[in-house]
Amino acid sequence: MKVQTKPGTAPRIETKTGADLLVESLIKEKVDILFGYPGGAVLPIYDAIYKARESFTHILTRHEQGAIHAAEGYARVSGKPGVVIATSGPGATNLVTGIADAMIDSLPLVIFTGQVARGVIGTDAFQEADVMGITTPITKHNYQVQHVSDLPRIVKEAFHIASTGRPGPVVVDIPKDISANPCKDEYEDDFHLPGYQPNIKPNPLQLKKLANVLETAEKPVILAGAGVMFGSASEELRTFAEKHSLPVATTLLGLGSFPGGHPLALGMAGMHGTFTANRALYECDLLINIGARFDDRLTGNLQHFAPSATVAHIDIDPAEIGKNVTTHIPVVSDSKAALQALSFHAESSAEHDEWLQHLSGYQQENPLWYKNPVKEMVPQWVIEAVHKITNGNAIVTTDVGQHQMWAAQYYAFEEPDRWVTSGGLGTMGFGFPAAIGAQLAKPEETVIAFVGDGGFQMTLQELSVLQERRLPVKVIIVNNGALGMVRQWQETFYEERYSESLLQIQPDFVKLADSYGIRGYRVDNQEDFLDLLPEVFSYNGPVVLDCRVLQQENVYPMIAPGKGLHQMIGVKP
Amino acid sequence: MRRIITATVQNRSGVLNRITGLLQKRQFNIESISVGRTETDSISKMTLVVEVEDNQKLEQLTKQLNKQIDVLKVTDITDKAIVARELALIKVVSAGQLRNELQGIIEPFRATIIDVSKDSLSIQVTGKPEKIEALIELLRPYGIKELARTGMTAFLRGHQPQTTELPSYSLLNR
Ligand SMILES: Cc1ncc(C[n+]2csc(CCOP(=O)(O)OP(=O)(O)O)c2C)c(N)n1
Ligand SMILES: [Mg+2]
Repeated sequence: MKVQTKPGTAPRIETKTGADLLVESLIKEKVDILFGYPGGAVLPIYDAIYKARESFTHILTRHEQGAIHAAEGYARVSGKPGVVIATSGPGATNLVTGIADAMIDSLPLVIFTGQVARGVIGTDAFQEADVMGITTPITKHNYQVQHVSDLPRIVKEAFHIASTGRPGPVVVDIPKDISANPCKDEYEDDFHLPGYQPNIKPNPLQLKKLANVLETAEKPVILAGAGVMFGSASEELRTFAEKHSLPVATTLLGLGSFPGGHPLALGMAGMHGTFTANRALYECDLLINIGARFDDRLTGNLQHFAPSATVAHIDIDPAEIGKNVTTHIPVVSDSKAALQALSFHAESSAEHDEWLQHLSGYQQENPLWYKNPVKEMVPQWVIEAVHKITNGNAIVTTDVGQHQMWAAQYYAFEEPDRWVTSGGLGTMGFGFPAAIGAQLAKPEETVIAFVGDGGFQMTLQELSVLQERRLPVKVIIVNNGALGMVRQWQETFYEERYSESLLQIQPDFVKLADSYGIRGYRVDNQEDFLDLLPEVFSYNGPVVLDCRVLQQENVYPMIAPGKGLHQMIGVKP
Repeated sequence: MRRIITATVQNRSGVLNRITGLLQKRQFNIESISVGRTETDSISKMTLVVEVEDNQKLEQLTKQLNKQIDVLKVTDITDKAIVARELALIKVVSAGQLRNELQGIIEPFRATIIDVSKDSLSIQVTGKPEKIEALIELLRPYGIKELARTGMTAFLRGHQPQTTELPSYSLLNR
């Protein structure tokens, strides 16, 4: 059949640009939210996004760091990769903290950075930064697109790499001429990555070995890390622990992988973990690590870490096994697959009631403690009060510092994927934007951001996003008028020389909220706080709550740097 | 301990940077690194000579290398039957009358003189690194003006004695 064209209207051949191909690929990957900030090198991409605005929500944060932390929060609670776009040069370098944060905490992100046109790369062109060089050590993988026809394949690979195996950030650097110019060549997006085989089945021999040790162990303990949640293995963990009556300690990032109120739960282990969890790791004769990386804040001095234990380590990343702690039973596997296979291999375990009783004795004798001043507020009490009114059901993000540790200690998480915190990098400024991402991922849920008065000031410009999107995030500022964690270390280890850690000048957070069109409150005593909470949580909109707490509180118990798990201080009042 | 590790990698831009960066980040001491194409178009081979403290460090090194998306295979060939070679170019101060003397020194090493000028001689030598070390030491008294070494490249001999197990690190459990 012949195509009839009206005279004067030549048939138009629509050629897609690189930016069009990118948008097409994002739709294929079922991306529905983008976090980003425009600029010169990504103008073609933003134009394509504009044309496809029915397909995505683009969240314009007010700083690229806000965009990437929001994407991290989104990824953490949704389980899907967070997608970020930033321009070349300063746009890209503003992402660096978030990329490093996602790398060390294994969060799946796909990050698109603009780059100067290929012809001028390497000439110190306007807004040129060596994004490949800068991000190589802090990404799971990175690409610079050299041919527009490669773009669809690279995007597909990037999503695959970010979200499979041990998740992590992948950067795709796109020169401006690639996104602007039409793609004249044929393209396809099939890929083959022979050097990347993320799906590993657990080795049955190692699992049998573990089952054998379990049959004779008198003091077994499980250490559950975030890997349990990345593998969606909380159910399996619970079944396994209950079947063999195994007590479970969690890492900071593993909170929620096992129900906090469960009779077998020992709470968090590590520098500010519970006495019982740390003693269990110290005294055990069998340690089963599932998806934790034996970080130094968890282990304390390695010499005193699980000194008499047979160590089994289940991890999807073989490089984590044996990195810090000598491991006797290595199991390279996804946590779910390993626990499922274990339920088959491990039929019985040695009776160890005495051990459980011993640990519950520790729990009764050395619970977490704080002195409640009754009238004024201390941070621990604030967290407990919020836990109570939200029935422990909220999604909680935190910033970094004392309030983070108190949230970890006192907001006993029952469910997985509801705890969002910066563990490995300890990034101040993370908590608030992460809550924005979490709320976007779960619009129906209550999302609370516990932030410090210091860290909140690093990314509070994102209040604009709360207002713009009417996101009902509850920002709770645990305001101790100090860089509290720094102040605590200076008190303890530097003879109370408070060098640059007291925040004498602060904004009026209530007026600040007001200026963004957000409800703000300030409270400085328990009674008012309890009166206010119902109003805060029944209101379906954003709130900033400035809680004036006593400054002198310290986080206890604690393992001082260089000390072992058995050398906790501040265990008792 | 000194280990010889080979890595087969996808020949993509950035791969060398990724590998040297990771070695530096994890504080591994690289003695030499050599890279070149292989019989397959898109694949390169690297030979790394590293100094590591113990087996645990060595295991970390091979695992971290293996973890890179563009790395296809990592093998520690130190204890294997291997062929290992390095090439060095050595420029020595030499007045004409010393030429015969130098010729005599380098001959057992099967080295060759590849450039001669009024006051210098350039020598090319290939072989195991120890052999190259030895020649350099012998030439040093004459005054070495310039020295360039390629670093070692190596692979397994066609025939391997059956007794030893090849410690090959792969993603799978050993
Ligand atoms: C970006 C960044 N800079 C510095 C630090 C070091 N640091 C750790 S905790 C802390 C104090 C945080 O103060 P605040 O946000 O008020 O929380 P608080 O400890 O008082 O609860 C500091 C400065 C950090 N973790 N991140
Ligand atoms: Mg503070």
